Amino acid sequence: MGYSCKSCKKCMLKDNFNITKDKDGLVIALAGNPNTGKSTIFNALTGLNQHTGNWPGKTVLQAQGTCIIKGKKCTLVDLPGTYSLLANSIDEVVARDFLCFAKPDATIVVTDATCLERNLNLALQVLEITDKVVVCVNLMDEAERKGIKVNTDLLAAELGVPVIPTSARSKQGLDELISMVYELATGNITSNPNPIPYDQDLEEAIQELQPQIEALLKGRLNSRWVALRLIEGDEELLEGIKNYLSQEELEEDRVEEKCAQ
Amino acid sequence: MCSVNTDLSGRLETLVQEAKGKYSKEVREKIVDNIYREAENIAKRTVVKPPKKLDWDGKIDNILTSRITGYPIMLLLLGVIFWITIVGANYPSQMLFKILFWGEEKISTLFYFLGMPQWLHGFLVLGVYRCVAWVVAVMLPPMAIFFPLFTLLEDLGFLPRVAFNLDNFFRKAGAHGKQSLTMSMGFGCNAAGVIACRIIESPRERLIAILTNNFVPCNGRFPTLIVISSIFMGGALAAPYSSLVTPLVIVGIVLIGIMVTLIVSWLLSKTLLRGVPSTFTLELPPYRRPQIGQIIIRSIFDRTVFVLWRAVKVAAPAGGIIWLLANTYLGDSSLLNSLATAIDPFARGIGLDGIILTAFILGLPANEIVLPIMIMGYLAEGALLELDSLIALKTLLLDNGWTLMTALSVMLFSLLHYPCSTTLLTIKKETGSLKWTFLGAIIPLAVSVLVLFILNSISSLLLLMN
Repeated sequence: MGYSCKSCKKCMLKDNFNITKDKDGLVIALAGNPNTGKSTIFNALTGLNQHTGNWPGKTVLQAQGTCIIKGKKCTLVDLPGTYSLLANSIDEVVARDFLCFAKPDATIVVTDATCLERNLNLALQVLEITDKVVVCVNLMDEAERKGIKVNTDLLAAELGVPVIPTSARSKQGLDELISMVYELATGNITSNPNPIPYDQDLEEAIQELQPQIEALLKGRLNSRWVALRLIEGDEELLEGIKNYLSQEELEEDRVEEKCAQ
Repeated sequence: MCSVNTDLSGRLETLVQEAKGKYSKEVREKIVDNIYREAENIAKRTVVKPPKKLDWDGKIDNILTSRITGYPIMLLLLGVIFWITIVGANYPSQMLFKILFWGEEKISTLFYFLGMPQWLHGFLVLGVYRCVAWVVAVMLPPMAIFFPLFTLLEDLGFLPRVAFNLDNFFRKAGAHGKQSLTMSMGFGCNAAGVIACRIIESPRERLIAILTNNFVPCNGRFPTLIVISSIFMGGALAAPYSSLVTPLVIVGIVLIGIMVTLIVSWLLSKTLLRGVPSTFTLELPPYRRPQIGQIIIRSIFDRTVFVLWRAVKVAAPAGGIIWLLANTYLGDSSLLNSLATAIDPFARGIGLDGIILTAFILGLPANEIVLPIMIMGYLAEGALLELDSLIALKTLLLDNGWTLMTALSVMLFSLLHYPCSTTLLTIKKETGSLKWTFLGAIIPLAVSVLVLFILNSISSLLLLMN
């Protein structure tokens, strides 16, 4: 039937995102604002030595490395640091498309404990796309020095996903982070992010669109998030969704055919 | 089967069309506002901040980014870094010269002992080995000192302050303020600087940033600038001040580079890439205590060794080629000589000479090898010299007719000429267009030729008047 290799998820990852995934390996994404220590965490987890710097926008290229967690090979993807996922620039599109279409098994959102409020904007946006998120509150040592206290337990309750405090430069909290990511990626723990409450009129519009979208997408993408993109008219993304759907369809057809034989 | 797929897309399309125009234009801002409100609310409940604290970051920022003190501090820091590099590189450089040229003697002895043919000795030892030795001896010490210092500034969080200070100039030039950041990245490596231009949203301003990134000297060009300036400019003042001249000259060269960046950006935004600059907020990251150990390890292994290895890889074949060119005769003159003679009149017109220009042409793959190729070229011309120090290098250059003006011209040409091939490939990749890649090479080349031509016309005019 001449299936292109684009038709399976493994090759989809390879073709679209240049990621090679092992059969039962995990793909873990690292997202976060610029200059929160994503690269430091990335290096600590992968043993790689990508250069880190006190410099917003340090990682513009998507960096990749592997690490073994509890015997499973994990591909760690260091996404470009962004302040939002609203697709204002190429790096934001790169980060958003990865979370949306590559469907990492878990995503670590690295935040800066010293200015959590600004960092939460991105965390909240990531949580709208995927629920498999561990929020890492990094730079706890620096926050402590400045007398800032973050109640990570309460934060976890507010967000509805696990929150791990770390100080990556001194390697504190990384073990906890890794095991939490593992539990979430393998499905031993499930999370249930609290949706962002929007203004009444927006909520009504979402209520109207969401069921129709859900009927179409059948859980493949977060329907509330897609509804919001429809409302704001992000046509570029909707084009991307269509491409994504056609690739998924091909894959399902093939599976169905195999079953029929 | 395909029907399912088109059906799905079709139904989604219907939804998209239905949603279109149904909601007001402000809906996007409202969504963003709502997200920010929620983030604020959550932060309020989960974060306890100390009541009133001494805001050191703010205080330091007030000084570093003030209109009065910001620029002098910036220049002073840059000057101090160059000064440390130049003074510090002197001794290890001499050591390396001694070791490497002692090695050359021993290898030569071995070659004769084994009865190797003359041409093989020439190609491998006088060509390949010598060129590599020059690259290592000239480039390694300044790099090993400059990189850690530069990384230190980066880790401290100083570079974004530089960007903040320069932001205003870039906006006046019709470019994006973030170009000051990508320009600063260019000091490390122009290819990296070009990639960094991705942080600029508007395609117009991104192209301006990409096309002008080359005007700040990268790691590969700093050592060349440092060596030439310490040979020729260092002696301009009496002993206690002479060590200050070289850093000042380099700071001057960097300033010229920034000025040219701004002028060319302005010209581009008035001609090829017309438009108004977009606004943005530049975030000043907190000052962080740098991790000294990490800095030394990273800057030595990631940068110094990486850059040196890249240079050596290019220098080895280039050294061989130069030797072959210098020793293959067509008629009475060697190929190198013919080539150099052919471009010599043009090169002289802009204050260089045939060998210098040949070195810049052959140095396209890596700017690090330009100076070593020049030396090889002069040596191959027959000047038999015991080249084991920077003083000997000065003699060699003087013997070949270099003046203070030549030195200045070479430095300016190195600063302004086309980017290395790696950077050009990166421009091709980032813009996806041959046209912009071509312009990325031709604009700097035109600028450098123009600047040198004007400079040398003025200088010969002054000479005539005297």
